[in-house]
Parts: sequence; structure tokens; C-alpha cells
Amino acid sequence: VLPPWCFVTPGQRNLNLKLFVSQRNLEGYVGFANLPNQVYRKSVKRGFEFTLMVVGESGLGKSTLINSLFLTDLYSKDYPGPSLRIKKTVQVEQSKVLVKEGGVQLTLTIVDTPGFGDAVDNSNCWQPVINYIDSKCEDFLNAESRVNRRLMPDNRVHCCLYFIAPSGHGLKPLDIEFMKRLHDKVNVIPLIAKADTLTPEECQLFKKQIMKEIQEHKIQIYEFPDIEDDEDSKLIRKIKERMPLAVVGSNVVIEVNGKKVRGRQYPWGVAEVENGEHCDFTVLRNMLIRTHMQDLKDVTNNVHYENYRSRKLAAVTCNGGVDTSKTKNQMTRSPLAQMEEERREHVMKMKKMETEMEQVFEMKVKEKKQKLKDSEAELERRHEQMKKNLEAQYKELEEKKRHHEEEKSNWEAQQRILEQQKLDASKTMEKNKKKGKIF
Amino acid sequence: MKCVNGSEIIILWSGEGARAVPLAGHVGFDSMPDQLVNKSVNHGFCFNILCVGETGLGKSTLMDTLFNTKFEGEPTQHNQPGVQLKSNTYELQESNVRLKLTVVNTVGFGDQINKEDSYKSIVEFIDTQFEAYLQEELKIKRTLHSYHDTRIHACLYFIAPTGHSLKSLDLVTMKKLDSKVNIIPIIAKSDAISKSELTKFKIKITSELVSNGVQIYQFPTDDETVAEINSTMNGHLPFAVVGSTEEVKIGNKMVKARQYPWGTVQVENENHCDFVKLREMLIRVNMEDLREQTHTRHYELYRRCKLEEMGFKDTDPDCKPFSLQETYEAKRNEFMGDLQKKEEEMRQMFVQRVKEKEAELKEAEKELHEKFDRLKKLHQDEKKKLEDKKKSLDDELNGFKQKKTAAELLQSQAQQAGGSTTLKRDKERKK
Repeated sequence: VLPPWCFVTPGQRNLNLKLFVSQRNLEGYVGFANLPNQVYRKSVKRGFEFTLMVVGESGLGKSTLINSLFLTDLYSKDYPGPSLRIKKTVQVEQSKVLVKEGGVQLTLTIVDTPGFGDAVDNSNCWQPVINYIDSKCEDFLNAESRVNRRLMPDNRVHCCLYFIAPSGHGLKPLDIEFMKRLHDKVNVIPLIAKADTLTPEECQLFKKQIMKEIQEHKIQIYEFPDIEDDEDSKLIRKIKERMPLAVVGSNVVIEVNGKKVRGRQYPWGVAEVENGEHCDFTVLRNMLIRTHMQDLKDVTNNVHYENYRSRKLAAVTCNGGVDTSKTKNQMTRSPLAQMEEERREHVMKMKKMETEMEQVFEMKVKEKKQKLKDSEAELERRHEQMKKNLEAQYKELEEKKRHHEEEKSNWEAQQRILEQQKLDASKTMEKNKKKGKIF
Repeated sequence: MKCVNGSEIIILWSGEGARAVPLAGHVGFDSMPDQLVNKSVNHGFCFNILCVGETGLGKSTLMDTLFNTKFEGEPTQHNQPGVQLKSNTYELQESNVRLKLTVVNTVGFGDQINKEDSYKSIVEFIDTQFEAYLQEELKIKRTLHSYHDTRIHACLYFIAPTGHSLKSLDLVTMKKLDSKVNIIPIIAKSDAISKSELTKFKIKITSELVSNGVQIYQFPTDDETVAEINSTMNGHLPFAVVGSTEEVKIGNKMVKARQYPWGTVQVENENHCDFVKLREMLIRVNMEDLREQTHTRHYELYRRCKLEEMGFKDTDPDCKPFSLQETYEAKRNEFMGDLQKKEEEMRQMFVQRVKEKEAELKEAEKELHEKFDRLKKLHQDEKKKLEDKKKSLDDELNGFKQKKTAAELLQSQAQQAGGSTTLKRDKERKK
């Protein structure tokens, strides 16, 4: 069961064949009921991996609990746990353990955080922890994204046990701050440490208070998935009621009523580690190792790692990750498909730009041509007018000339007549003179 | 290291060497495989088979027989123009195990006259499934755990029971497919071949495959539990099968068989055919391995080729490994640069065109102005001519006027004088 914030946006394009699936009943033996055995066989051959992180202030019994969990002295006097070594700043240390049990091989990595919460000023003491978790996710992401992929070791942190001091009151600000910062990066399982300092009633109250505060601050601790099997679901409900688990750890084996048990010897009795009425240790061990180890890995892989990956890739390809509908759409594609889409968009944009520029170009050319035409027409017109003007003037001139010619010829004709007359007159006078008629 | 319950812990400190420590009791790690199996069973399994073979070789019948159920489909005709792939998905359940089975059939394979391109649609189909998975794997927000895997896990190649050798179409097709899918060659309708012919046939087929470098699927022999049976079975390849969904009563049992006048071929009789072997190997023993091989070998090869094609590399020229971020960023920068360059080019082209057009128009404008300058000059010349003419006419007019005035003056003088002379004359006459 995954938190809702992991689901993909609907309507994603899918190259997956959309198939109509039909049910069929078998009429005889086929043999694929053997598939689980095949899977079993292969997984045993492959071996398993698990990384467990423990976080808490020193002195809360983290190393002791680890020894108790694995029923052996991983940390001892000769090989002290990281907490016993004095550290100035928060460190993140890992140790690898190869476990073989019943033919099954498990590579267990235990990550300790000595120095956590031990300083006077603990601001950002969670940062090294976050950095470690992120760097393991980064390693996996890089390995997964290589062109040549080999077998990818899974070193991601699958579970983080957070130790709460048994104050009996509630969570400390550091506890709240840490869990708030890490609940979306890793499976957080809060534990009440050194629970043998609380009476059952105090413990109940303390647990209620813690769960209330966790809900108030909207911290998402690891949720046990519901299994369909009735018997197991009863167990699951029992576990859920007991959260957070109150644990006691011990490195010492004591004899109680003839039995050898791990426990803590007090003057008033022995607090047994594996006694369900004394503490929730067995619940923790069963849940962590025997029933939910695979689920812790699955949630880490399918939820926490995927969130890391999408955040990382979105930062690379979405340039900022502003949550618009465009970005949401981009998330459902691979970055390469994204680039393809962008390329297509760009081609369209270019086409549009080209058409627009072409349009503007044509329009401007048309304008200019029109202007040219207009000015040509105008010049033509003016030229025509001037021509007409000249022609008119010519005509006028011709007319004048003609008129003048006419007048001239008239006058000349007249002059000639006058001249003739004069000549005639003088001739007559001459004649008369000659005749003597004139004295 | 001998310990309680055969269990031990070997501790490898970071940097401090290893030491072994016994587990003092049962911790419970050995439940891990069971946890994993439970998860798988809850999730359900998925298997995809591709059947390649000529029409009429009994592919659909064999699937029905293998999975004991009647799948869809009618027998296809021989007149298909090309090779098509038809797939159907079924949900089967056996005890508590749910299986989503997809059966893909090649329709029309081997029916065409020219079969050169027959293998292409098959290869394309297989690649499409790989591509779909790759796309999903590369998405930013992905859901691989609920993805319906459509990649082909096993390819049953049906060989026609000629008894002689492989057809060239078979060799060509298998060669194209052997790097993309697990090929399990089977001799179809093998009830047409006698036992002695069959042995020879199998040997011939195997040697032809080897000599042509075709890599068929080998049942894995690395796991001791199944190594023996797998290696024996490897020697029986290709399996000679007979399929039948009809049942015949043999003794007091109803068995799947084909009834001939000369006898009954029992499908599940290991003396009659290798059907049981096929079922054992394909389904009961190696189904998971077939899926694993598809994912870790064939798919990885496809993915590697595809990414290399797109220019992705694992190390830069100095052999330092690229981080994913660097790779994507580099790709993206290159891509953006490319787009920008294209944009610039287009802009430049336009600027060029505008320049050219402007020059053209300027030329036209200049021509126009020149033309009108010429006309203007012409006009001015005409005007000047007109002016000159006007002037000469005016001069003439003036001249004429003067002449006229002068003449008139003379005339009037003459008249006056003439008048007085006449008067004198008349006076003298009168005397």
C-alpha cells in the first residue's frame, strides 16, 4: 500500500500494448504453479542484501540492541561499537556483515550515527544522515543509468531505527525535527529505547503521547502493509497497536528458572529481552527480520528511491521545477522523450515563426511595391499634365502664329493694294502731268 | 566455520579485516526467500510467448495443449500479404499462482512468394516491446513495479517436419532473432516423422544451427538443483512435438491424442513425442530463468545499443565516469544549442532575404527616378524649345507691329501730304 503522493498522473501515453485480458480456466496440469519454487531457488542462489541504520543519542543502547537482534556480539569489548569511540561531530559509519543461516545468505550493512544529538548545538545534526542516504540513492541511480549495466548492488538504506529516550513525557524537538526531515527519504521506525525504565502504564501513556505528536506533525513512519491472510493480519494489527515499539537490549545471558535468557539483572528481578510482557523486542525482531524485511526493501525501492529519482531528474530536465501543468506533463515522460517532444514543439514554433516572418515580409514588400507604384503613377500623372500643359501652350502658340500669319498676310495684302493704288495714283498723276492737265 | 544450525556470521568491518562469529540462535534470516516468494505470488506472474512458424504447423493447437485451455482464434488462411503479429493475453490460475500469459502468433509467416522481409515485422514487434519498457524505465515519474511487462520471454520456433534440414527462411529468421529473444526450436507435427528419421533430422538441424552461428536458448546448468535435468534436456533439442486438444480413451483414461487408422499418437507419452519435455523445460523448470535472461541479457543489449545510438556514454574522453546528471545536462545543452542554432540560421536567412529584397526595391526605385529625371529633362528641353519659339514669335510680332506702325505712319503722312497736294491741285485747278 503506497502513500498517495507516489502515483503517476493519469492519462500518460503508453507504448504498452493495450490488451483485453480474458480469464481462462485450466483443464489439467500445466505446471506454472511451480513458479514460486523457481523464484525461491533463484533468490537463494542470488543471495540477499539489507541495510539497517540506527540513529539516536549515545547511551540509548543502540549497539546493545544490535547485538541482541542478531544474537551475537557484533560489538564487543575488543571491537567496540562506534558510540564508544569519542567523536566530535556526527559521523556516519557502516559495517558489513555476511550472514549465513539455513542455506540463505544475507549481506547486512549496519549504519551507525555516533555523535548524533550529543553536541550542545544540534542544529543540522541530521544533515550527515541525509547526505549518506542521498549518496546511496545517487550511487544506485548512477549505476542504474549507466549504458553498460552490471549487477547493481543495492546499498540504499532500507530501514532507519530511531531511538527515543525514555523520558515518559513526549518527543523532544530534535526527535520531531529528525523524523520530519527523514520520513520521506527512508523507512523510519521509531523505538523507545531502554524501555525497562518505564512501567507498563507509563509506557502506554508514553506511546500514546508519541503517536499523537507524530500525527500532529504529520510524520509518516513506516506503515505495515495489510496482508490478505487473516492470521497474519491479526498479528499486524497487534503490532500496529504497540507502535512505537519499546525495546530492551542485552549482551548478557542470564539463567532464569533454569532457562538461559538474554536479560538485564536488577536487584528486584530480571528484565527479559525476549519476553513479550517485558518489552516489544521480539515484535521488533520478527517484524524487522522474519516478516517485513522484503517489504522494507520494496517500499525503499518503489517509493523513497523513486521520489529521489524523480526529484533529481526533474531538476535536470525541467529547469526549475515550477509546478505548472506543463511540468506535470513532463514528469510522465523520460527525459529523452521529453527532449523529443521539445524538438517537435520547436519545429512547430519555427514553422510558425517562419510563416509569420514570411507574412510580414510579403506585407512589407507589397507596401513598398505599392508605394513605388503610387509614386510612379503620380509622376506619370504629373508628366502627363505637364505634357498636356505644353501641348496646350504649343497649340496656343500655333494659334497665335497662325493668327499673326493671317493678320500679316492680310495686312501685307492690304499694303500691296495700297501700294498698287499709290502706284496707280502716281501713274495717273504722271499721265495727267504729261497731258498738261495739271498746271 | 562450524556453528549451531549451520549458521554463522562473518563480520567484515569497514577497513579492519574479517572475522567470523557464530550465531547463537535462530535469528530468522532464512525466511527471506519466503518473504520474496510471498510478495511475488501476491503480485502475480507474467509470461509472454512468441510462436514463429509457417501457417498450418499447429502453433495454436500446441499452445492450447501446453496450457490445457482453448485460446482464441480461428485457423488463418494462406493469403496474407505480409507477416502480422497477433497477440492475446489471458489470466490463468493454477493452485494459488496467477499467471498473465500473452501468446503472440505470427500470421502469414512463410506464405508469401518473396519472403525476404518476413523476419522484419517480428524483429520490429520484439523491439517495440523493449522500447516500451525502456521508455517506462526512463520516465521521470515511473511505475515499474506495476508495469505490465510485454517483452517476449520465449520464442518457440516451429520447424516444418520435412525430415531433411532447415529451410533457408528458418535460418535467416533465427539468425535475426537470436540476439533479441530466447529461441527454443521445436519440430512441429512430428508425428509425420519416424523415430530414425527424427534422430537424423535433429542432428542435421543442430549442426546447421551451429554452423550458421545461431544461438538458441540453453537451459541453465549453473544451479545444482536443476543442472542435471537441464543439461540432459539440452541434448534433446530441438523438441519434436505433437499437439492435440482432442481426447481419446486409452485403457481407462482419457488422454490427449491424435487417432490414426494405424494407431494413436499420445501427446503426453514420452515415447511418442517430446511434448512432456517441452512442458517441463518451458514451464515447470525454467520459466523464471527465461524471464531473467530476457531482462538481463536481451533487454540490456537492446538498451545499450539504443543509448549508444543516442550518444550516451559511460565515461568522458578522460575515462572519468559521467554522473547521470552530467550526462543529461550535457545532452540537454547540446540539444538546446542545436535548437538555437537552427533558429539563428532561419533568422539569418530571413535577414539575407530582406536585404536582397530591399536592394531590389531600391534598384527599382532608382530606375524609376532616373526615368522620370529623363522625362523631366525632355520636358524641360521641350519647354525651352517652346519658349524659344514663343520668343521668336513675339519678336516677329513685335517686328511686324513696328513695321505696321511705321507703315501706317508713312501712309498717314503720305495721305496728309497727298491730301494737301490734292488740295493744291484742286486749288490750282479752280484758278
